[in-house]
Amino acid sequence: MIETILNRILVSIPVLFGVLFLGFALVQLAPGDPARVQAGPTAPPEVVEQIRQEMGLDQPVIVQFGKYMERLAHGDLGRSLISNKSVTSELGAAIVPTIELMFASLIWAIPLGIAMGTLAAVWRGSLFDRLIMAISVAGVSLPIFFICLMLIQLLGVKFPIFPFIGRGGPLWTLEGLRHIALPALSLGMIFIGPVSRMTRSSVLEVLRLDHVRTARAKGLTERQVILRHGLRNALIPVVTLVGLQIGYLLGGAVVTETIFSYPGIGRLAVGAILSSDFPLTQGTILVLALGFILVNLIVDILYAQLDPRVQKK
Amino acid sequence: MAEPVLSLRGLDIRFNSDGHRSRVVNGIGFDLMAGQTLGLVGESGCGKSVTSLAIMRLLASPPAEIAAGEVIFEKRDLLKLSERDMRELRGGRIGMIFQEPMTSLNPVYTCGAQIIESLQRHSGLTGRPARERAIELLELVRLPSPEKRVDDYPHQLSGGQRQRVMIALALANDPAVLIADEPTTALDVTIQSQILDLLRDLQERTGTAVLMITHDLGVVAETCQAVVIMYAGTVVERGRVESIFGDPQHPYTIGLMAAVPRMDTRRGRLAAIPGSVPPPWAQVPGCRFAARCPLADDRCRSEPPGLREIAPGHEIACWKAPIEGMSEMETHS
Repeated sequence: MIETILNRILVSIPVLFGVLFLGFALVQLAPGDPARVQAGPTAPPEVVEQIRQEMGLDQPVIVQFGKYMERLAHGDLGRSLISNKSVTSELGAAIVPTIELMFASLIWAIPLGIAMGTLAAVWRGSLFDRLIMAISVAGVSLPIFFICLMLIQLLGVKFPIFPFIGRGGPLWTLEGLRHIALPALSLGMIFIGPVSRMTRSSVLEVLRLDHVRTARAKGLTERQVILRHGLRNALIPVVTLVGLQIGYLLGGAVVTETIFSYPGIGRLAVGAILSSDFPLTQGTILVLALGFILVNLIVDILYAQLDPRVQKK
Repeated sequence: MAEPVLSLRGLDIRFNSDGHRSRVVNGIGFDLMAGQTLGLVGESGCGKSVTSLAIMRLLASPPAEIAAGEVIFEKRDLLKLSERDMRELRGGRIGMIFQEPMTSLNPVYTCGAQIIESLQRHSGLTGRPARERAIELLELVRLPSPEKRVDDYPHQLSGGQRQRVMIALALANDPAVLIADEPTTALDVTIQSQILDLLRDLQERTGTAVLMITHDLGVVAETCQAVVIMYAGTVVERGRVESIFGDPQHPYTIGLMAAVPRMDTRRGRLAAIPGSVPPPWAQVPGCRFAARCPLADDRCRSEPPGLREIAPGHEIACWKAPIEGMSEMETHS
């Protein structure tokens, strides 16, 4: 098991390298001039040019990337061009809110999605099934910003139950919970659709298998058959999907955090890109990529736990 | 010995699908005596597996519908039992083995856990005693090193070993009846005979009555005392194995016997029964075998024959019986 994990970590190093390089190259292609940002809008061209040289921006991209990687290897992510704070501290301040948001979205969306999908499979063809599937289609096809705006309109403005600007504090405080409610609802919504659909089809498939008949022939109740021999096996593909979806969730977090002015990694990334804050952009890419890799690692471990056939290979 | 543990009476099973109303099983009946092994024989699609699932009440309804009949087990009609009472019997007093050992066990639980689940359900055993009983059962079905195998997952076992686990599972709660639905069909020939030996041996040791569902007359000859021959959802012949194998009377049975490849005669081609089974939705007014029968006449085609006794313990549904065995068949064909 430990061997597998170490192996996976080794494999993810080139992935991380590739992501960083692509991110670096894309930032170069994007409009905006970091030297101009640093110098200020009124600085004369000679000053901008001097700063450009100081920052090493006049050198070829590959050289710049090499230098960046060298600093990165020493744990130095540079300084934000806008705030002049170290990128590490900016990221550090934003990472906890984002993790909280992820947690608050997934903690209700995954169990609810799985429960909805299972019930839809068990009551296949019923009104409930159709209702669940309609909700999940809506969840899949509605853009996240629309869901955010509708929730703000409904629960923030019309019935002002939840605040919709900023973060109220850590998750375990009442204000923290109230502030995270709407962003977490929005993010979770886009999660429920795929998870419930996948669970439904997976459970339906498993319930047709021979071993389920064996379970019935043991005299188990229908509930035991469905939970222990249906859902348990059906979760294997669902876990894979959840892992992939968390990747999309990171993307969704960018939009959600921006709309709710929630001080997380996503909003930090958008701000950094819009203001050509080159080191900070690169830093957020690094964190998001690391998050993605970590989630995939967890999925792989879970997968082996759920399916004993995987461990032996 | 004389007391039947399981009796089927006039069982009718229909399938309603795509507007077809198929009569898959037509008024079949038989008695399974205590301590006996009864073979239920017929070709694919004749309704034998459906019958076994109907006894366990495991047929999905819809599309299946048990239209008439009784399944008497220990003086109760299983078809009238509540689902709760039926669950008590499944895996408890009635065990079942399926055709596909490769897929009949749940891949995500260990073999032991799956046996323990059944012990827990019916015998109330948990923890260490349950585990010990599971090991004992695996030993009973002659799985090598059972104390290790109990923690193995199904994918770590071969097909024959998995079928042994299935047998252990079916026997876990000392059932009065064991239904074995083609238990050896999916296995290699050498493994087949081992599993049959095992079943016969266990049957002698535990006294469990076995309903052996098979399309293989060799299996019947090796394991059964009585046999019921099914054709297209009806019983065409039933009786003791010696009398049916020694003197088959129904033209279908005679055809089946002739179709068994033999080591001692060299013939160019394997014998086969011409024609094919009528589809279950076909309305056949007379004997369902008439279209393929070399002896059939107008009466056979218009009037369905009922079962009648032609010798003690040997019943047959054919207007033509008694037939002088194979020779008469061959002169007609």
